Amino acid sequence: MKNLKLLLAGTVAALAFAGSAAYAARGTDGDLKILFWQAVSTMNPYLSGGTKEVYASSMVIEPLARYDEKGELVPTLVTEIPTVENGGVAKDLMSMTWKIKPGVKWSDGTPFTADDVIFTWKYCIAPDGGCAQAAQYEGVKSVEAPDPQTVKITFTEPKPYPYSAFVGAQSPVIQKKQFENCVGAKAPGCTSANFGPIGTGPFVVKEFKPNDVITLTANTNYRDAAKPAFATVTLKGGGDAASAARAVLETGEYDYAWNMQVEPEILAKMVAAGKGKLETAFGTQVERINLNHYNADPSLGAKRSTKEAGPHPSLSDPAVRRALSLAIDRSIIVEAGYGAAGKATCNIVPAPDAVASTKNDSWCLKQDLAAANKLLDDAGWKKGPDGIRAKNGVKLSYLYSTSTNSVRQATQELVKDMWSQIGVGAELRNASASVFFGGDPASPDTFQKFYADVEMYTNNFDGTDPEKYLAEWLCDKVPGPANGWQGQNIPRYCNPAYDKLVGELSKTAELDKRATLAKQLNDMLTEEGAHIPLVHRGSVSSHSLKLAGVKMNAWDSELWNVADWSRAK
Amino acid sequence: MFTYTLRRLLFAIPTLLIISFVIFALLDLAPNDPTGDLPLTIPPEVREQIRASLGLDQPFFFRYLYWLQQFFINEPLNILERLTGWQFGDGNRMRVLSWATRSPVVDLIVQRLPQTLWVVGLAYLFGVMIAVPIGVISAYKQYSIFDQIGTFLSMVGYSVPTFFTGVLLVVIFSSYLQWFPSVYDTNLVVNDFSSFVQQIKQMALPVTVLSLFNASQITRFVRASMLDNLHQDYVRTARAKGVKEKSVLLIHVLRNSLIPVVTVIALGVPTIFSGAIITEQIFRVNGLGQLLIIAVQGADIPLVQTLTFIFAVLIVLFNLIADVLYGILDPRIRYD
Repeated sequence: MKNLKLLLAGTVAALAFAGSAAYAARGTDGDLKILFWQAVSTMNPYLSGGTKEVYASSMVIEPLARYDEKGELVPTLVTEIPTVENGGVAKDLMSMTWKIKPGVKWSDGTPFTADDVIFTWKYCIAPDGGCAQAAQYEGVKSVEAPDPQTVKITFTEPKPYPYSAFVGAQSPVIQKKQFENCVGAKAPGCTSANFGPIGTGPFVVKEFKPNDVITLTANTNYRDAAKPAFATVTLKGGGDAASAARAVLETGEYDYAWNMQVEPEILAKMVAAGKGKLETAFGTQVERINLNHYNADPSLGAKRSTKEAGPHPSLSDPAVRRALSLAIDRSIIVEAGYGAAGKATCNIVPAPDAVASTKNDSWCLKQDLAAANKLLDDAGWKKGPDGIRAKNGVKLSYLYSTSTNSVRQATQELVKDMWSQIGVGAELRNASASVFFGGDPASPDTFQKFYADVEMYTNNFDGTDPEKYLAEWLCDKVPGPANGWQGQNIPRYCNPAYDKLVGELSKTAELDKRATLAKQLNDMLTEEGAHIPLVHRGSVSSHSLKLAGVKMNAWDSELWNVADWSRAK
Repeated sequence: MFTYTLRRLLFAIPTLLIISFVIFALLDLAPNDPTGDLPLTIPPEVREQIRASLGLDQPFFFRYLYWLQQFFINEPLNILERLTGWQFGDGNRMRVLSWATRSPVVDLIVQRLPQTLWVVGLAYLFGVMIAVPIGVISAYKQYSIFDQIGTFLSMVGYSVPTFFTGVLLVVIFSSYLQWFPSVYDTNLVVNDFSSFVQQIKQMALPVTVLSLFNASQITRFVRASMLDNLHQDYVRTARAKGVKEKSVLLIHVLRNSLIPVVTVIALGVPTIFSGAIITEQIFRVNGLGQLLIIAVQGADIPLVQTLTFIFAVLIVLFNLIADVLYGILDPRIRYD
């Protein structure tokens, strides 16, 4: 039912676009100037998983279906979204069938066929290719073409939520003819193809200057004859977020700038210049504080934060975990560091609405120092002469690490101050993002190693289905020396009841039941204190008032509807 | 002189090899990771595959020797092929590939070099052209108002960092007055007068920032060197002979004073190539400095390694040039 509604919504939206296109014509609005303060390195998102590359390439190459600004699937190169109801997804959930729109052409004029889709899958799963989007094709057994307009995907096991391969900006379809000789280890050598992929999107790469500027022109073979309105796009890269914001909001040199990671008060001043505005979209990003369930005492050496180190001497106490969350005033953190780009949250799955729980909002969203103090008092943690609580010689004093970033360091200070009010001490530390998130097993400063008591960062999931994400907190995903510190269960949370529930989720197909299960899992993590969710983070971009049609999207590429953008008259 | 130069050049080979090894080892020890910037939604298994496809699963020495082969054999052969049209082998040599762009590092450098030479090189030239007259007058009229102001300005230029002056100029001239663009348009092709004006406009701010910085440094050298010479006996002799003051100053004193200055200027030339990292970043000039900083941030090791090594070569080379120039300009200095 839900999917039917979704389809209807898509159709209505498509009709609305068609209506507005009546008085627009392709290439009549001149040059669209976009600024990415992190420069784009390649136009092939399979060779670089970076957000900037995925977004930039989304103007050129397209997936079969994508998410709209509400997080609903809309068909791009296919006639409809396959569901169990319309027969597109097999009843046993083992396969799905996509019907390609008739008449879709590549920008070089050749027809787009199911062969290209099959090739894309083969390209990404080829050994030695190092395909950055391999996770999108996980569980795909085969991709076949019963006829040139039909793509059939078969899965290795039932897939209750099958929309991953060829869905969203992360897994666009590339042209077989162009990439045929670039499979596997040969992929990086095909520089001209990687810099100028032939696509079905509204624009074509004219010139690509790596790590600098991309010039694109309107695709003459684009399936909608009236679009895109802009004749060319210039996507400039480099610099920093604040000066990018200035170039759009104050000097008006650019039409659109991505990712405004700038302090809210500075942005507010720039917006006051009256040349542009900010757009915020909330996806699934949550800034959280992970609480280490294993002992991270440095005296344990290489054993710390592993199973051998044993449970954490104080954080294994549920009362302490609850008190640490109660002591935090999330609204102050949002106000100081995020402004319109953040909302206080107690969920690790904050969106889409269907799976966002409100169960713990009552106790968790508001700071309650009295309750936190009482919890600790009752649990026997007594304040010492230095104001720090202790029990049996174990002090509530924590090493608190995160990545280097001015907002994160400010948040650390705020949290430290809030915790000091309940007799909890914190020693602050930060490591460069490329080290912290780098995952080098030899480095002691990575977030996977978690050589700290608590650590803070943001994570999210692609698309709208949280199943894979919630499976990150399974017992067997705990990082440790045995798996080269590669697990995703960073807090080292382990609860057999949770594991069982995740197993149930993976077997459930009905959307309503899935949502209920996802909420249950999310609540379990918050209630048991696997982590402390802090801020639901939105993505903020700015655009000039002279640009119309921007629909900020946190579920897909921000440039997902660039074909509909036009010059405001 | 020739044997001296030859000896120095031969000495440079082991020096550079050691430098390349040190750079490689340092970069390898650094805890950066090329997958560190990727979204966390990319799972660890996939990251492992990406690292393997970049060759990071190979042992350290193997990777170093591989880089040596790519840089010292494959790349020169490639350049030779392109220049002469000859074909060596099957032409399928592995080139030094950047990890971020997956394209040959040398192509990236060739693409970036002109902007850096134009913006930073011009700033260096302007810096010298401003610095010499100011230094000369400052020294000649020591402790005059002109000298005081000159000293003050050069101290300010020397001590205020370019990331401050750069942003200050952007705020004043781009945001407030809107005279100059704040973003360098690297696609601009100069083919008529208006595009030429456009080019001048977009180069104005970065060149000003860098000229100020360069001029302040060099002025101090010119002034000090002039002062040294002004009190020499040969100056008194010249004046006693009745040589015109202008000739004393510009022919006798200036010529001699420029000897150490030329050395300083020659030693500073490699910094033109390494670009003004911060200034290029502020104005988004797509030069070598910006390329380096992006590579460092993204842990693009082959690119950082190659760029740093080329800078090392330039520094070694210009040290030699400075020494040789010194010998040519000053007949009292002989190396053989």
